[in-house]
Parts: sequence; structure tokens; C-alpha cells
Amino acid sequence: MMKLAKKDILGIADMSVDEINLILETAESFLEISMRDIKKVPTLRGKSIINLFYEASTRTRTSFEIAGKRLSADTINISASTSSTVKGETLIDTARNLEAMNPDIIVLRHSAAGAPHMLASLVKQSIINAGDGAHEHPSQALLDMMTIREKKGKIAGLKVALVGDILHSRVARSNIYGLSKMGAEVVVAGPATMLPRDIEKMGVAAFTKIEDAIADADVVMMLRIQLERQKQNIFPSLREYAQHYCLTRKNIKLARPDAIVMHPGPMNRGVEISPDIADDPGISVILDQVNNGVAVRMALLYLLSGGNE
Amino acid sequence: MTKQKTAKVVLDSEGIDRGLTRIAYEILEKNKGMEHLVLVGIRTGGVYLAGRLQKNISAIEGREVPLGILDVTLYRDDIATSNKKPPLGKTQIPFDLTDKIVVLVDDVLFTGRTIRAAMDALIDFGRPRMIQLAVLIDRGHRELPIRADYVGKNLPSSLWEAVSVNLMEKNGKDEVLIEEGS
Repeated sequence: MMKLAKKDILGIADMSVDEINLILETAESFLEISMRDIKKVPTLRGKSIINLFYEASTRTRTSFEIAGKRLSADTINISASTSSTVKGETLIDTARNLEAMNPDIIVLRHSAAGAPHMLASLVKQSIINAGDGAHEHPSQALLDMMTIREKKGKIAGLKVALVGDILHSRVARSNIYGLSKMGAEVVVAGPATMLPRDIEKMGVAAFTKIEDAIADADVVMMLRIQLERQKQNIFPSLREYAQHYCLTRKNIKLARPDAIVMHPGPMNRGVEISPDIADDPGISVILDQVNNGVAVRMALLYLLSGGNE
Repeated sequence: MTKQKTAKVVLDSEGIDRGLTRIAYEILEKNKGMEHLVLVGIRTGGVYLAGRLQKNISAIEGREVPLGILDVTLYRDDIATSNKKPPLGKTQIPFDLTDKIVVLVDDVLFTGRTIRAAMDALIDFGRPRMIQLAVLIDRGHRELPIRADYVGKNLPSSLWEAVSVNLMEKNGKDEVLIEEGS
């Protein structure tokens, strides 16, 4: 018998290698359900899952919703723009009210780092962090690790390059924690204004040239440039960014010949990744990431749900 | 005072072989050959036994009968109320079950709850013409109206006894043991 020793999934930083392996192996078993004609198992019948999203999201919210529905749970979506938040209700009050309706799991996305942690300490339900500010996005890192393992057969010993706005990326942060724990060599590249100070303390090598990072990489993970950041003057223009940091046919040659390219989405085509790379099924595993995302979220919901001790 | 646990061998390697050979013939006899026939082993013990039945049937008929693997965990009736989750194995049924005669294979038939879960799962893969059940050991104590079509050995047991099936593929040894529970 196995059990996740946690009530909540808040981040990869506090996850053990055993827990990551348990989640990935469980997710691999869930993959098959999405291939069936009848894409549903009765496992979480009668459980309710609330997707509480304070930030825009298509992929993650849909993925959690489909994951819940394929397990027969009732899923309820709340987005901040249509909730009492616009009437001035605080996150804590919203959560307390939702708690009173007795859901089993709350999936939270919030622009403030630490919001899910605060919620987890206040309500009895399991909380899954679906992205908190620039802090963590654990389900994304798990689906990325699952995709790497699926394509490469392992994670340990691989060189993984993360390129883009590392400073503001919760995807990068969760992946750095996870991939390092699983024994990969992680390197990052981006403009100096987009690299966190003291990034080396996370055990990664940092470069300001994309070429230095992707040389001999087994996996190249491109991060989305958040267009709204341009207003903060951390990069001059999209065109200039693309000139230096776009993954192209030319610079991908520096990576290993069997390298795979990943992107957490949504993509800015021609900015961080050239369309012919993104659409090349021989290199790009971007849609496999989305497919694995549903399985990873099914695994999280399955492992977190339970009756009374 | 510690009670000595005694394990008794109730079926040895030859006994298991003979039982599975007989079941293979019975399956073919009852279904008048292997048309529409598929085997589905229930994880984990049932998978190995289904593999052996597949070999036996192929040896008799000269053709291979399709073999699927089923993990029933997600269909169990205690999964939503239990905090403990058994490790989830992969289900591999790479063929449509519609109009097939499905022989479910498991090692021990006990309460019948696993078989109930397995039948629910199978029906998600199509509409079989018929579902039959083959087990190596039937130890009684059913909690649901379920019975096996093919039985290697009927083993009347008390609820306090534990029946364990060791198989070459799993623990390097073929034998069925019964022991007093602690």
C-alpha cells in the first residue's frame, strides 16, 4: 500500500524523490484511460474538486478539469473575474466559504507566491498549487519530468537547458528543483535581467547566451516571454529578444542530435521558439506534454483523495 | 507465548500445471474452440496465470489467443473511502472487447469483490458477448453473487487463514500455501 505523506501539493521543493517517482509511475498508469473510447473510471465518484483560478489559464484549468472528470469527480470552476473577488472578498473569506460547502480538493492558481500555502494552513481540504506567482507550478514540472522520462527513458544524467525569463518563471523554478532532485544536470540561459541573483545556489549553471546553455543538451525547455514584462523595461523589444534567444533550426544543432524541445505554453511563435521547431514532431514534444499533463493531474487527484483516517 | 505459524502446501508445481492444462481444455470445450476468445489477467497473479493459459491454449490449437492485462484498482469499491492507495499498475487491453468471449483470470477467488470490479472495468472496453471466470484457487467466503467457470482447486478455508499463490514468474517458485493468520 502506498500513500502520499502529504495533505497538499504545494511545490516540488518539499517533495522527495520517492514521492516524485510515485506520482510519475501512477501517472503513467493513468495515460491509458485517455486512449479509451470511454474515458472515465469511477474512482472518485462523489468527490468534489474546486478549481479556483485567480489568473488566466486555459491549459492548466482545462487539464485539471478533465483529470477530475475522467476520475468521475464533480469539478467546479471558479475564476476570479466571475467570483465575489470582484465584490472585494478576500482569498481567505472565499476559501472559508468554499470550505463550508465541503469540497474534497481545492486547486488554486494565484498571482501571489505563497497563496496556496496560506490556504493549506487554513482549510482542511487538500490544496493543489496550480501556480503561485513566480514561485512554483508543481504539476507542470511533474508533467515535464514525465515527458522527459517517456522520451528519454530516464532523467538522471541528462543535460536539461532552460531558456528564457528564469526570474519570473514558476515553471523554471519547479523544474530546477525537480530535475536536480532526479539527478539531471540543469543549466539556464536568459538575459541578465531575467536571471535570478544567486541562481547558482540552486545548483544550476547560468549563461547569458542561449548557445552556451543548449550545447550538448538532451532536453531544451523554452520558457514563455511574458509580454507584459516589456513594460517593466527588463528587455528592450521582442525583436531584439528573439534575435538573441529564439530557438531556431540553426542553434538547435548545438544540442545533441536526439534532443527534444519542450515548452509549457502558451507559445509566442517567432519570439522564444521558431514555428518550424515547435511544429516538428521529430523534435518538439509540446503536445505530449499536454497529454501527459492530464495523466499527472489524475495521479495527483487520485493520490490526494481519501476517506477518513 | 508466540504461536507457531504453520504453512501447508496445498498445491505443488505439478498440481498447478495439471490444473492449468485442464482449464485450458475446459475453456476450449465449453466455447467450442477459440473463436472470439480472449484472455484477460487480473494484476498481478492473474496476469502470469493468463500467460500460462495462453501458452497451453496455443499449444492445443496452434494459434495464439489474445491476452490483455487489467488493473482493477480504479474500480475497487473501497478506494474512495480508504486513505491508502495500492500501487497502480498499467492496464493493457489493446483490442476491442465487443462481441468477444472474455475469460477473466485470477489467482484466488475469495470475496468476489475484485471480480465485480474487473467486470465493471471490462464493460468500459466494449460489450463482450460473454465474460467467464477462471481461477487457480476458489477459497470460498463470497460476499457477492459471483462464481467461477473454471477452477484449478477448491480450497475450503477459514476466514483466519491466508492463502498465498507463489508463481515462478513472481517469486521463483510454483506452489499454493495455506497458513493460519496471526
